[in-house]
Amino acid sequence: MACEDAFTQFLLRMGDNTLILGHRVSEWCGHAPVLEEDIALANTALDLIGQTQMWLGLAAEVQGEGKSADDLAFLRDAWDFRNVLLMEVPNGDFGRTLMRQFLFDAWHSIQLGRLMKSSDDRVAAIAEKASKEVAYHLERSADTVVGLGDGTEESHRRMQEALDYLWPYIGEMFQSDETDAEMVKAGIAPDPASLREEYDTLVSRVLTEATLTIPESRFAHKGGRTGAMHTEHLGHLLTQMQWLQRAYPGAKW
Amino acid sequence: MYAQMIKSEATQDDPEKLAAFQARIDAGEKIEPKDWMPEGYRKTLIRQIGQHAHSEIVGQLPEGNWITRAPTLERKAILLAKVQDEAGHGLYLYCAAETLGVSRDEITEMLLDGRMKYSSIFNYPTLNWADIGAVGWLVDGAAIMNQVPLQRTSFGPYSRAMIRICKEESFHQRQGYDAIRKMAEGTPAQKKMAQDALNRLWYPSLMMFGPSDKDSVHSAQSMAWKIKMNTNDELRQKFVDQTVPQAEYLGLTVPDPDLKWNEERGHYDYSDPDWSEFFDVIKGNGPCNVDRLAARNKAWDDGEWVRDGLLAHAKKKAARKVAAE
Repeated sequence: MACEDAFTQFLLRMGDNTLILGHRVSEWCGHAPVLEEDIALANTALDLIGQTQMWLGLAAEVQGEGKSADDLAFLRDAWDFRNVLLMEVPNGDFGRTLMRQFLFDAWHSIQLGRLMKSSDDRVAAIAEKASKEVAYHLERSADTVVGLGDGTEESHRRMQEALDYLWPYIGEMFQSDETDAEMVKAGIAPDPASLREEYDTLVSRVLTEATLTIPESRFAHKGGRTGAMHTEHLGHLLTQMQWLQRAYPGAKW
Repeated sequence: MYAQMIKSEATQDDPEKLAAFQARIDAGEKIEPKDWMPEGYRKTLIRQIGQHAHSEIVGQLPEGNWITRAPTLERKAILLAKVQDEAGHGLYLYCAAETLGVSRDEITEMLLDGRMKYSSIFNYPTLNWADIGAVGWLVDGAAIMNQVPLQRTSFGPYSRAMIRICKEESFHQRQGYDAIRKMAEGTPAQKKMAQDALNRLWYPSLMMFGPSDKDSVHSAQSMAWKIKMNTNDELRQKFVDQTVPQAEYLGLTVPDPDLKWNEERGHYDYSDPDWSEFFDVIKGNGPCNVDRLAARNKAWDDGEWVRDGLLAHAKKKAARKVAAE
Protein backbone atom coordinates (compact mmCIF):
# COMPACT_ATOMS: atom_id res chain seq x y z
CA MET A 1 0.00 0.00 0.00
CA ALA A 2 1.42 3.37 -1.01
CA CYS A 3 1.94 5.71 1.89
CA GLU A 4 -0.43 8.38 0.44
CA ASP A 5 -3.22 5.81 0.19
CA ALA A 6 -2.64 4.67 3.76
CA PHE A 7 -2.52 8.28 4.93
CA THR A 8 -5.83 9.03 3.21
CA GLN A 9 -7.38 5.94 4.80
CA PHE A 10 -6.12 7.01 8.21
CA LEU A 11 -7.56 10.51 7.78
CA LEU A 12 -10.90 9.07 6.67
CA ARG A 13 -10.95 6.92 9.79
CA MET A 14 -10.48 9.98 11.97
CA GLY A 15 -12.94 12.16 10.04
CA ASP A 16 -15.62 9.51 9.59
CA ASN A 17 -15.61 8.75 13.31
CA THR A 18 -16.31 12.38 14.15
CA LEU A 19 -18.77 12.81 11.28
CA ILE A 20 -20.94 9.81 12.11
CA LEU A 21 -20.86 10.37 15.86
CA GLY A 22 -21.52 14.11 15.36
CA HIS A 23 -24.54 13.19 13.26
CA ARG A 24 -25.84 10.75 15.85
CA VAL A 25 -25.44 13.24 18.69
CA SER A 26 -27.16 15.96 16.65
CA GLU A 27 -30.25 13.73 16.44
CA TRP A 28 -30.89 14.65 20.09
CA CYS A 29 -31.50 18.31 19.35
CA GLY A 30 -34.56 19.49 21.29
CA HIS A 31 -35.22 16.11 22.92
CA ALA A 32 -32.75 15.93 25.83
CA PRO A 33 -33.83 15.22 29.42
CA VAL A 34 -32.92 18.71 30.63
CA LEU A 35 -32.02 22.02 28.99
CA GLU A 36 -28.37 21.92 30.05
CA GLU A 37 -28.03 18.53 28.33
CA ASP A 38 -29.58 19.88 25.15
CA ILE A 39 -26.94 22.60 25.14
CA ALA A 40 -24.12 20.18 25.93
CA LEU A 41 -25.18 17.66 23.26
CA ALA A 42 -25.45 20.37 20.60
CA ASN A 43 -22.06 21.67 21.66
CA THR A 44 -20.50 18.21 21.42
CA ALA A 45 -22.03 17.61 17.99
CA LEU A 46 -20.78 21.01 16.87
CA ASP A 47 -17.21 20.26 17.98
CA LEU A 48 -17.31 16.89 16.22
CA ILE A 49 -18.57 18.38 12.97
CA GLY A 50 -15.85 21.05 13.18
CA GLN A 51 -13.23 18.32 13.61
CA THR A 52 -14.75 16.47 10.65
CA GLN A 53 -14.21 19.53 8.47
CA MET A 54 -10.52 19.49 9.39
CA TRP A 55 -9.91 15.74 9.05
CA LEU A 56 -11.88 15.28 5.84
CA GLY A 57 -10.47 18.53 4.46
CA LEU A 58 -6.97 17.13 4.92
CA ALA A 59 -8.05 13.72 3.57
CA ALA A 60 -9.30 15.39 0.39
CA GLU A 61 -6.04 17.34 0.08
CA VAL A 62 -3.85 14.25 0.53
CA GLN A 63 -6.03 12.24 -1.84
CA GLY A 64 -5.37 14.90 -4.49
CA GLU A 65 -8.43 14.28 -6.64
CA GLY A 66 -9.77 17.82 -6.32
CA LYS A 67 -12.51 16.83 -3.88
CA SER A 68 -13.70 18.77 -0.85
CA ALA A 69 -14.55 17.66 2.68
CA ASP A 70 -18.22 17.99 1.69
CA ASP A 71 -17.71 15.70 -1.30
CA LEU A 72 -16.26 13.07 1.01
CA ALA A 73 -19.02 13.46 3.60
CA PHE A 74 -22.00 13.60 1.28
CA LEU A 75 -21.06 11.69 -1.85
CA ARG A 76 -19.47 8.44 -0.66
CA ASP A 77 -21.50 5.27 -0.23
CA ALA A 78 -21.46 3.15 2.92
CA TRP A 79 -18.58 0.87 1.89
CA ASP A 80 -16.24 3.84 1.57
CA PHE A 81 -16.83 4.97 5.15
CA ARG A 82 -14.07 4.15 7.61
CA ASN A 83 -15.60 4.90 11.02
CA VAL A 84 -15.68 2.26 13.74
CA LEU A 85 -19.05 0.52 14.14
CA LEU A 86 -19.50 2.03 17.61
CA MET A 87 -20.29 5.38 15.97
CA GLU A 88 -23.16 3.94 13.92
CA VAL A 89 -25.20 2.26 16.60
CA PRO A 90 -28.47 4.08 17.20
CA ASN A 91 -28.65 6.48 20.12
CA GLY A 92 -30.98 4.36 22.24
CA ASP A 93 -31.85 6.12 25.48
CA PHE A 94 -29.85 9.01 26.93
CA GLY A 95 -27.81 6.51 28.95
CA ARG A 96 -26.64 4.61 25.91
CA THR A 97 -25.83 7.84 24.08
CA LEU A 98 -23.67 9.07 26.96
CA MET A 99 -22.05 5.67 27.51
CA ARG A 100 -21.12 5.51 23.81
CA GLN A 101 -19.78 9.06 24.07
CA PHE A 102 -17.66 8.16 27.09
CA LEU A 103 -16.26 4.96 25.53
CA PHE A 104 -15.30 6.94 22.43
CA ASP A 105 -14.07 10.07 24.25
CA ALA A 106 -11.68 7.95 26.30
CA TRP A 107 -10.12 6.49 23.14
CA HIS A 108 -10.28 9.82 21.31
CA SER A 109 -8.47 11.75 24.02
CA ILE A 110 -5.61 9.21 24.15
CA GLN A 111 -5.38 9.02 20.35
CA LEU A 112 -5.28 12.81 19.97
CA GLY A 113 -2.60 13.05 22.66
CA ARG A 114 -0.40 10.76 20.55
CA LEU A 115 -1.27 12.53 17.30
CA MET A 116 -0.10 15.84 18.72
CA LYS A 117 3.40 14.34 18.30
CA SER A 118 2.75 13.27 14.71
CA SER A 119 5.54 13.65 12.15
CA ASP A 120 2.97 15.40 9.94
CA ASP A 121 2.51 18.98 11.12
CA ARG A 122 -1.03 19.21 9.76
CA VAL A 123 -2.11 16.16 11.74
CA ALA A 124 -0.42 17.48 14.87
CA ALA A 125 -2.17 20.85 14.47
CA ILE A 126 -5.62 19.31 14.08
CA ALA A 127 -4.99 17.01 17.03
CA GLU A 128 -3.91 19.89 19.19
CA LYS A 129 -7.04 21.89 18.45
CA ALA A 130 -9.36 18.89 18.79
CA SER A 131 -7.77 17.64 22.00
CA LYS A 132 -8.86 20.74 23.90
CA GLU A 133 -12.48 20.10 22.92
CA VAL A 134 -12.25 16.39 23.57
CA ALA A 135 -10.80 16.92 27.05
CA TYR A 136 -14.06 18.67 27.87
CA HIS A 137 -16.18 15.99 26.18
CA LEU A 138 -14.44 13.32 28.25
CA GLU A 139 -14.84 15.20 31.50
CA ARG A 140 -18.54 15.64 30.87
CA SER A 141 -19.31 12.14 29.60
CA ALA A 142 -17.31 10.53 32.43
CA ASP A 143 -19.13 12.65 35.03
CA THR A 144 -22.49 11.71 33.55
CA VAL A 145 -21.62 8.00 33.41
CA VAL A 146 -20.61 8.15 37.08
CA GLY A 147 -23.69 10.18 38.04
CA LEU A 148 -26.12 7.85 36.34
CA GLY A 149 -24.26 4.62 37.19
CA ASP A 150 -24.20 5.59 40.85
CA GLY A 151 -27.64 7.24 40.83
CA THR A 152 -30.93 5.43 41.32
CA GLU A 153 -31.58 1.73 40.85
CA GLU A 154 -33.16 2.44 37.47
CA SER A 155 -30.38 4.69 36.22
CA HIS A 156 -27.81 2.09 37.35
CA ARG A 157 -29.66 -0.68 35.51
CA ARG A 158 -29.91 1.37 32.33
CA MET A 159 -26.22 2.28 32.37
CA GLN A 160 -25.20 -1.34 32.91
CA GLU A 161 -27.40 -2.37 29.98
CA ALA A 162 -25.81 0.36 27.84
CA LEU A 163 -22.33 -0.82 28.77
CA ASP A 164 -23.18 -4.47 28.06
CA TYR A 165 -24.64 -3.53 24.68
CA LEU A 166 -21.73 -1.32 23.62
CA TRP A 167 -18.80 -3.28 25.01
CA PRO A 168 -18.43 -5.62 21.98
CA TYR A 169 -17.91 -2.52 19.82
CA ILE A 170 -14.88 -1.30 21.80
CA GLY A 171 -12.28 -3.72 20.50
CA GLU A 172 -12.38 -2.42 16.94
CA MET A 173 -10.71 0.82 18.03
CA PHE A 174 -7.55 -1.14 18.92
CA GLN A 175 -7.24 -3.46 15.94
CA SER A 176 -4.15 -2.83 13.83
CA ASP A 177 -3.84 -3.49 10.12
CA GLU A 178 -1.61 -2.69 7.16
CA THR A 179 -2.74 0.92 7.05
CA ASP A 180 -1.77 1.39 10.66
CA ALA A 181 1.60 -0.24 10.04
CA GLU A 182 2.27 2.33 7.30
CA MET A 183 1.27 5.17 9.62
CA VAL A 184 3.53 3.88 12.40
CA LYS A 185 6.42 3.56 9.95
CA ALA A 186 5.93 7.13 8.75
CA GLY A 187 5.64 8.38 12.32
CA ILE A 188 2.23 9.85 11.52
CA ALA A 189 0.07 7.90 13.96
CA PRO A 190 0.46 5.33 16.75
CA ASP A 191 -0.30 1.63 16.52
CA PRO A 192 -3.94 1.33 17.69
CA ALA A 193 -3.12 -1.71 19.81
CA SER A 194 -0.65 0.40 21.81
CA LEU A 195 -3.50 2.54 23.17
CA ARG A 196 -5.38 -0.29 24.84
CA GLU A 197 -3.59 -0.39 28.18
CA GLU A 198 -4.01 3.31 28.87
CA TYR A 199 -7.63 3.06 27.71
CA ASP A 200 -8.42 0.14 30.01
CA THR A 201 -6.95 1.98 32.99
CA LEU A 202 -8.97 5.12 32.29
CA VAL A 203 -12.22 3.34 31.52
CA SER A 204 -12.03 0.96 34.45
CA ARG A 205 -11.38 3.85 36.87
CA VAL A 206 -14.50 5.68 35.71
CA LEU A 207 -16.72 2.60 35.43
CA THR A 208 -15.70 1.44 38.89
CA GLU A 209 -16.60 4.83 40.31
CA ALA A 210 -19.90 4.48 38.44
CA THR A 211 -20.42 1.13 40.30
CA LEU A 212 -20.74 -0.63 36.93
CA THR A 213 -19.38 -4.06 36.01
CA ILE A 214 -17.08 -4.27 33.00
CA PRO A 215 -18.06 -7.28 30.85
CA GLU A 216 -15.41 -9.99 30.78
CA SER A 217 -15.69 -10.83 27.09
CA ARG A 218 -13.08 -9.39 24.77
CA PHE A 219 -15.12 -10.28 21.69
CA ALA A 220 -15.04 -7.44 19.19
CA HIS A 221 -17.29 -6.67 16.24
CA LYS A 222 -15.29 -5.31 13.35
CA GLY A 223 -15.56 -4.13 9.76
CA GLY A 224 -16.17 -0.39 10.14
CA ARG A 225 -12.66 1.01 10.01
CA THR A 226 -11.75 -1.25 7.06
CA GLY A 227 -15.12 -0.71 5.36
CA ALA A 228 -15.49 -4.49 4.97
CA MET A 229 -18.81 -4.69 6.80
CA HIS A 230 -20.72 -1.81 8.38
CA THR A 231 -23.91 -2.19 10.40
CA GLU A 232 -27.33 -1.95 8.78
CA HIS A 233 -27.75 1.37 10.56
CA LEU A 234 -25.17 3.28 8.50
CA GLY A 235 -27.18 3.15 5.26
CA HIS A 236 -30.17 4.76 6.92
CA LEU A 237 -28.03 7.43 8.50
CA LEU A 238 -26.44 8.28 5.14
CA THR A 239 -29.81 8.30 3.40
CA GLN A 240 -30.85 11.13 5.63
CA MET A 241 -27.53 12.95 5.82
CA GLN A 242 -26.77 12.87 2.09
CA TRP A 243 -30.27 13.40 0.74
CA LEU A 244 -30.06 17.02 -0.42
CA GLN A 245 -26.66 16.60 -2.05
CA ARG A 246 -27.85 13.46 -3.83
CA ALA A 247 -31.23 14.84 -4.89
CA TYR A 248 -29.84 18.14 -6.24
CA PRO A 249 -26.38 17.33 -7.64
CA GLY A 250 -24.07 20.27 -8.18
CA ALA A 251 -26.18 22.81 -6.27
CA LYS A 252 -24.34 25.27 -4.00
CA TRP A 253 -25.78 25.58 -0.51
CA MET B 1 -41.96 38.60 18.80
CA TYR B 2 -42.05 35.54 20.95
CA ALA B 3 -44.67 36.89 23.36
CA GLN B 4 -48.18 37.24 22.04
CA MET B 5 -51.42 38.28 23.68
CA ILE B 6 -49.92 38.56 27.13
CA LYS B 7 -52.78 39.38 29.42
CA SER B 8 -51.93 42.19 31.83
CA GLU B 9 -52.99 41.40 35.36
CA ALA B 10 -55.20 43.88 37.12
CA THR B 11 -53.47 45.07 40.21
CA GLN B 12 -55.00 45.89 43.58
CA ASP B 13 -52.13 47.32 45.51
CA ASP B 14 -51.84 50.36 47.72
CA PRO B 15 -52.30 53.41 45.40
CA GLU B 16 -49.39 55.27 47.01
CA LYS B 17 -46.99 52.38 46.47
CA LEU B 18 -48.25 52.02 42.94
CA ALA B 19 -47.68 55.69 42.20
CA ALA B 20 -44.13 55.52 43.58
CA PHE B 21 -43.47 52.40 41.54
CA GLN B 22 -44.76 54.05 38.37
CA ALA B 23 -42.60 57.10 39.08
CA ARG B 24 -39.50 54.90 39.21
CA ILE B 25 -40.40 53.36 35.86
CA ASP B 26 -41.14 56.75 34.34
CA ALA B 27 -37.75 57.98 35.55
CA GLY B 28 -36.14 55.09 33.63
CA GLU B 29 -35.02 53.19 36.74
CA LYS B 30 -34.63 49.42 36.58
CA ILE B 31 -36.78 47.29 38.87
CA GLU B 32 -34.74 44.54 40.53
CA PRO B 33 -36.07 41.24 41.96
CA LYS B 34 -35.87 42.34 45.61
CA ASP B 35 -37.65 45.66 45.00
CA TRP B 36 -41.32 46.06 45.78
CA MET B 37 -43.49 45.51 42.71
CA PRO B 38 -47.22 45.26 42.08
CA GLU B 39 -48.51 41.71 41.96
CA GLY B 40 -49.88 42.35 38.48
CA TYR B 41 -46.46 43.44 37.22
CA ARG B 42 -44.87 40.29 38.62
CA LYS B 43 -47.51 37.96 37.18
CA THR B 44 -47.55 39.62 33.77
CA LEU B 45 -43.78 39.41 33.56
CA ILE B 46 -43.75 35.73 34.52
CA ARG B 47 -46.23 35.05 31.77
CA GLN B 48 -44.31 37.09 29.20
CA ILE B 49 -40.80 35.89 30.06
CA GLY B 50 -42.10 32.33 30.39
CA GLN B 51 -43.74 32.45 26.98
CA HIS B 52 -40.55 33.81 25.49
CA ALA B 53 -38.46 31.07 27.17
CA HIS B 54 -40.84 28.33 26.01
CA SER B 55 -40.67 29.72 22.48
CA GLU B 56 -36.90 29.35 22.49
CA ILE B 57 -37.22 25.74 23.62
CA VAL B 58 -40.05 24.67 21.31
CA GLY B 59 -38.34 26.65 18.54
CA GLN B 60 -35.51 24.10 18.61
CA LEU B 61 -37.87 21.53 17.08
CA PRO B 62 -38.62 23.03 13.64
CA GLU B 63 -34.93 23.85 13.17
CA GLY B 64 -33.73 20.57 14.64
CA ASN B 65 -35.91 18.95 12.00
CA TRP B 66 -33.21 19.84 9.44
CA ILE B 67 -29.97 19.36 11.39
CA THR B 68 -29.59 15.77 10.23
CA ARG B 69 -30.31 16.79 6.63
CA ALA B 70 -28.22 19.96 6.42
CA PRO B 71 -26.60 19.94 2.97
CA THR B 72 -22.99 20.80 3.91
CA LEU B 73 -20.77 20.43 6.95
CA GLU B 74 -20.66 24.20 7.34
CA ARG B 75 -24.45 24.58 7.21
CA LYS B 76 -24.80 21.77 9.72
CA ALA B 77 -22.32 23.47 12.06
CA ILE B 78 -24.05 26.86 11.72
CA LEU B 79 -27.45 25.33 12.43
CA LEU B 80 -26.15 23.42 15.43
CA ALA B 81 -24.58 26.60 16.80
CA LYS B 82 -27.84 28.47 16.32
CA VAL B 83 -30.01 25.86 17.99
CA GLN B 84 -27.53 25.69 20.85
CA ASP B 85 -27.79 29.49 21.24
CA GLU B 86 -31.56 29.19 21.40
CA ALA B 87 -31.42 26.62 24.18
CA GLY B 88 -29.07 29.05 25.93
CA HIS B 89 -31.59 31.89 25.50
CA GLY B 90 -34.20 29.64 27.08
CA LEU B 91 -31.87 29.14 30.00
CA TYR B 92 -31.24 32.90 30.59
CA LEU B 93 -34.95 33.58 30.38
CA TYR B 94 -35.93 30.79 32.79
CA CYS B 95 -33.33 32.25 35.17
CA ALA B 96 -34.89 35.71 34.76
CA ALA B 97 -38.33 34.21 35.51
CA GLU B 98 -36.93 32.45 38.59
CA THR B 99 -36.01 35.83 40.07
CA LEU B 100 -39.76 36.51 40.12
CA GLY B 101 -40.41 33.49 42.30
CA VAL B 102 -41.33 30.74 39.85
CA SER B 103 -39.03 27.72 39.45
CA ARG B 104 -37.96 26.35 36.10
CA ASP B 105 -39.71 23.05 36.82
CA GLU B 106 -43.00 24.79 37.67
CA ILE B 107 -42.96 26.90 34.55
CA THR B 108 -41.95 23.88 32.42
CA GLU B 109 -44.90 21.89 33.77
CA MET B 110 -47.15 24.78 32.73
CA LEU B 111 -45.85 24.55 29.17
CA LEU B 112 -46.24 20.78 29.09
CA ASP B 113 -49.83 20.72 30.30
CA GLY B 114 -50.85 23.61 28.06
CA ARG B 115 -51.38 26.30 30.72
CA MET B 116 -48.66 28.44 29.16
CA LYS B 117 -48.14 29.17 25.47
CA TYR B 118 -45.22 29.65 23.13
CA SER B 119 -45.13 31.73 19.96
CA SER B 120 -47.63 30.70 17.28
CA ILE B 121 -44.87 30.63 14.65
CA PHE B 122 -43.39 27.38 15.96
CA ASN B 123 -46.62 25.56 15.19
CA TYR B 124 -45.78 25.80 11.50
CA PRO B 125 -43.68 23.09 9.83
CA THR B 126 -40.24 23.43 8.17
CA LEU B 127 -40.73 21.59 4.89
CA ASN B 128 -37.72 22.32 2.73
CA TRP B 129 -34.14 23.42 3.37
CA ALA B 130 -34.92 27.04 2.44
CA ASP B 131 -37.24 27.15 5.45
CA ILE B 132 -34.14 27.13 7.64
CA GLY B 133 -32.90 30.27 5.92
CA ALA B 134 -36.38 31.78 6.05
CA VAL B 135 -36.69 31.08 9.77
CA GLY B 136 -33.50 33.04 10.38
CA TRP B 137 -34.42 35.83 8.00
CA LEU B 138 -38.13 36.25 8.81
CA VAL B 139 -38.75 34.67 12.21
CA ASP B 140 -35.58 35.87 13.91
CA GLY B 141 -36.00 39.14 12.03
CA ALA B 142 -39.48 39.58 13.52
CA ALA B 143 -38.27 38.54 16.96
CA ILE B 144 -35.49 41.12 16.88
CA MET B 145 -38.00 43.90 16.11
CA ASN B 146 -39.52 43.28 19.50
CA GLN B 147 -36.42 42.31 21.42
CA VAL B 148 -34.27 45.31 20.58
CA PRO B 149 -36.65 47.73 22.37
CA LEU B 150 -37.05 45.21 25.21
CA GLN B 151 -33.39 45.72 26.06
CA ARG B 152 -34.74 48.91 27.70
CA THR B 153 -37.55 47.15 29.54
CA SER B 154 -38.09 48.12 33.19
CA PHE B 155 -37.30 44.75 34.79
CA GLY B 156 -33.52 44.47 35.27
CA PRO B 157 -32.96 40.71 34.78
CA TYR B 158 -35.20 40.66 31.70
CA SER B 159 -33.45 43.67 30.20
CA ARG B 160 -30.02 42.10 30.77
CA ALA B 161 -31.11 38.75 29.30
CA MET B 162 -32.43 40.62 26.28
CA ILE B 163 -29.13 42.44 25.72
CA ARG B 164 -27.29 39.11 25.49
CA ILE B 165 -29.99 37.53 23.36
CA CYS B 166 -30.09 40.39 20.85
CA LYS B 167 -26.38 40.05 20.11
CA GLU B 168 -26.86 36.43 19.10
CA GLU B 169 -30.17 36.94 17.32
CA SER B 170 -28.75 39.49 14.94
CA PHE B 171 -26.12 36.92 13.96
CA HIS B 172 -28.91 34.37 13.42
CA GLN B 173 -30.78 36.73 11.20
CA ARG B 174 -27.70 37.43 9.08
CA GLN B 175 -26.92 33.75 8.65
CA GLY B 176 -30.55 33.06 7.74
CA TYR B 177 -30.50 35.75 5.10
CA ASP B 178 -27.21 34.40 3.76
CA ALA B 179 -28.64 30.85 3.58
CA ILE B 180 -31.75 31.93 1.70
CA ARG B 181 -29.75 34.20 -0.58
CA LYS B 182 -27.68 31.16 -1.66
CA MET B 183 -30.96 29.41 -2.50
CA ALA B 184 -32.49 32.39 -4.30
CA GLU B 185 -29.35 32.74 -6.41
CA GLY B 186 -29.05 29.00 -6.96
CA THR B 187 -30.56 26.48 -9.36
CA PRO B 188 -34.22 26.77 -10.43
CA ALA B 189 -35.10 24.03 -7.92
CA GLN B 190 -33.40 25.96 -5.11
CA LYS B 191 -35.14 29.17 -6.08
CA LYS B 192 -38.43 27.31 -6.00
CA MET B 193 -37.65 26.13 -2.47
CA ALA B 194 -36.89 29.72 -1.40
CA GLN B 195 -40.13 31.05 -2.87
CA ASP B 196 -42.10 28.19 -1.33
CA ALA B 197 -40.61 28.99 2.09
CA LEU B 198 -41.51 32.68 1.76
CA ASN B 199 -45.04 31.82 0.59
CA ARG B 200 -45.69 29.66 3.66
CA LEU B 201 -43.87 31.72 6.29
CA TRP B 202 -44.76 35.32 5.35
CA TYR B 203 -48.17 35.57 7.04
CA PRO B 204 -47.24 33.43 10.05
CA SER B 205 -44.30 35.84 10.53
CA LEU B 206 -46.67 38.83 10.48
CA MET B 207 -48.80 37.03 13.08
CA MET B 208 -45.84 36.89 15.44
CA PHE B 209 -46.53 40.51 16.44
CA GLY B 210 -49.95 39.58 17.78
CA PRO B 211 -53.40 40.87 16.85
CA SER B 212 -54.03 44.30 15.41
CA ASP B 213 -53.89 47.20 17.92
CA LYS B 214 -57.62 47.73 17.68
CA ASP B 215 -58.12 44.16 18.99
CA SER B 216 -55.22 44.12 21.40
CA VAL B 217 -56.75 44.69 24.80
CA HIS B 218 -53.78 44.17 27.07
CA SER B 219 -51.33 46.72 25.78
CA ALA B 220 -51.94 49.88 27.81
CA GLN B 221 -50.93 48.62 31.27
CA SER B 222 -47.91 46.71 29.91
CA MET B 223 -46.75 49.78 28.02
CA ALA B 224 -47.08 51.97 31.11
CA TRP B 225 -44.93 49.42 32.99
CA LYS B 226 -42.42 49.31 30.12
CA ILE B 227 -42.89 45.57 29.72
CA LYS B 228 -44.17 46.20 26.23
CA MET B 229 -42.37 48.99 24.40
CA ASN B 230 -44.25 49.36 21.10
CA THR B 231 -47.68 48.44 19.80
CA ASN B 232 -48.18 45.33 17.68
CA ASP B 233 -48.99 47.30 14.55
CA GLU B 234 -45.99 49.62 14.90
CA LEU B 235 -43.63 46.66 15.03
CA ARG B 236 -45.40 44.80 12.24
CA GLN B 237 -45.13 47.84 9.96
CA LYS B 238 -41.45 48.21 10.79
CA PHE B 239 -40.90 44.55 9.94
CA VAL B 240 -42.71 44.82 6.60
CA ASP B 241 -40.77 47.98 5.71
CA GLN B 242 -37.48 46.29 6.45
CA THR B 243 -38.25 42.94 4.83
CA VAL B 244 -39.89 43.85 1.52
CA PRO B 245 -36.77 45.43 -0.02
CA GLN B 246 -34.74 42.40 1.11
CA ALA B 247 -37.19 40.08 -0.67
CA GLU B 248 -36.94 42.25 -3.78
CA TYR B 249 -33.15 42.07 -3.64
CA LEU B 250 -33.42 38.27 -3.48
CA GLY B 251 -35.76 38.24 -6.48
CA LEU B 252 -38.51 36.63 -4.41
CA THR B 253 -42.16 37.64 -4.43
CA VAL B 254 -43.91 38.48 -1.18
CA PRO B 255 -47.24 36.59 -1.36
CA ASP B 256 -49.39 39.71 -1.02
CA PRO B 257 -50.89 41.12 -4.26
CA ASP B 258 -51.90 44.33 -2.44
CA LEU B 259 -48.45 45.11 -1.15
CA LYS B 260 -47.31 48.54 -2.34
CA TRP B 261 -45.24 51.51 -1.23
CA ASN B 262 -47.37 54.34 0.12
CA GLU B 263 -45.49 57.54 -0.60
CA GLU B 264 -47.73 59.62 1.61
CA ARG B 265 -47.32 57.41 4.71
CA GLY B 266 -43.71 56.59 3.97
CA HIS B 267 -44.51 52.93 4.60
CA TYR B 268 -45.63 49.87 2.69
CA ASP B 269 -49.35 49.11 2.65
CA TYR B 270 -49.82 45.38 3.20
CA SER B 271 -52.60 42.84 3.74
CA ASP B 272 -53.39 41.59 7.20
CA PRO B 273 -52.84 37.93 7.91
CA ASP B 274 -55.94 35.77 8.26
CA TRP B 275 -56.66 36.41 11.92
CA SER B 276 -59.06 33.49 12.16
CA GLU B 277 -56.12 31.22 11.33
CA PHE B 278 -54.06 32.95 14.03
CA PHE B 279 -56.73 32.35 16.68
CA ASP B 280 -57.03 28.73 15.56
CA VAL B 281 -53.28 28.25 16.03
CA ILE B 282 -53.42 29.92 19.45
CA LYS B 283 -56.22 27.55 20.44
CA GLY B 284 -54.10 24.54 19.55
CA ASN B 285 -55.23 23.90 16.00
CA GLY B 286 -52.09 24.90 14.10
CA PRO B 287 -50.46 22.37 11.78
CA CYS B 288 -47.92 21.26 14.42
CA ASN B 289 -49.34 22.17 17.86
CA VAL B 290 -50.11 18.62 18.90
CA ASP B 291 -46.82 17.20 17.65
CA ARG B 292 -44.68 19.96 19.16
CA LEU B 293 -46.20 19.56 22.59
CA ALA B 294 -46.05 15.78 22.34
CA ALA B 295 -42.33 16.00 21.48
CA ARG B 296 -41.66 18.22 24.52
CA ASN B 297 -43.68 15.95 26.78
CA LYS B 298 -41.88 12.88 25.50
CA ALA B 299 -38.47 14.47 26.09
CA TRP B 300 -39.52 15.40 29.62
CA ASP B 301 -41.03 12.00 30.45
CA ASP B 302 -38.21 9.99 28.88
CA GLY B 303 -35.70 12.12 30.74
CA GLU B 304 -37.20 11.64 34.18
CA TRP B 305 -34.91 8.74 35.10
CA VAL B 306 -31.89 10.83 34.06
CA ARG B 307 -32.89 13.80 36.20
CA ASP B 308 -33.69 11.49 39.13
CA GLY B 309 -30.45 9.57 38.69
CA LEU B 310 -28.24 12.66 38.63
CA LEU B 311 -30.05 14.13 41.63
CA ALA B 312 -29.70 10.90 43.61
CA HIS B 313 -25.99 10.83 42.81
CA ALA B 314 -25.52 14.45 43.87
CA LYS B 315 -27.19 13.66 47.21
CA LYS B 316 -25.04 10.57 47.77
CA LYS B 317 -21.92 12.56 46.97
CA ALA B 318 -22.89 15.33 49.39
CA ALA B 319 -23.65 12.75 52.11
CA ARG B 320 -20.29 11.06 51.58
CA LYS B 321 -18.55 14.41 51.82
CA VAL B 322 -20.29 15.19 55.11
CA ALA B 323 -19.45 11.71 56.44
CA ALA B 324 -15.78 12.20 55.57
CA GLU B 325 -15.55 15.51 57.39
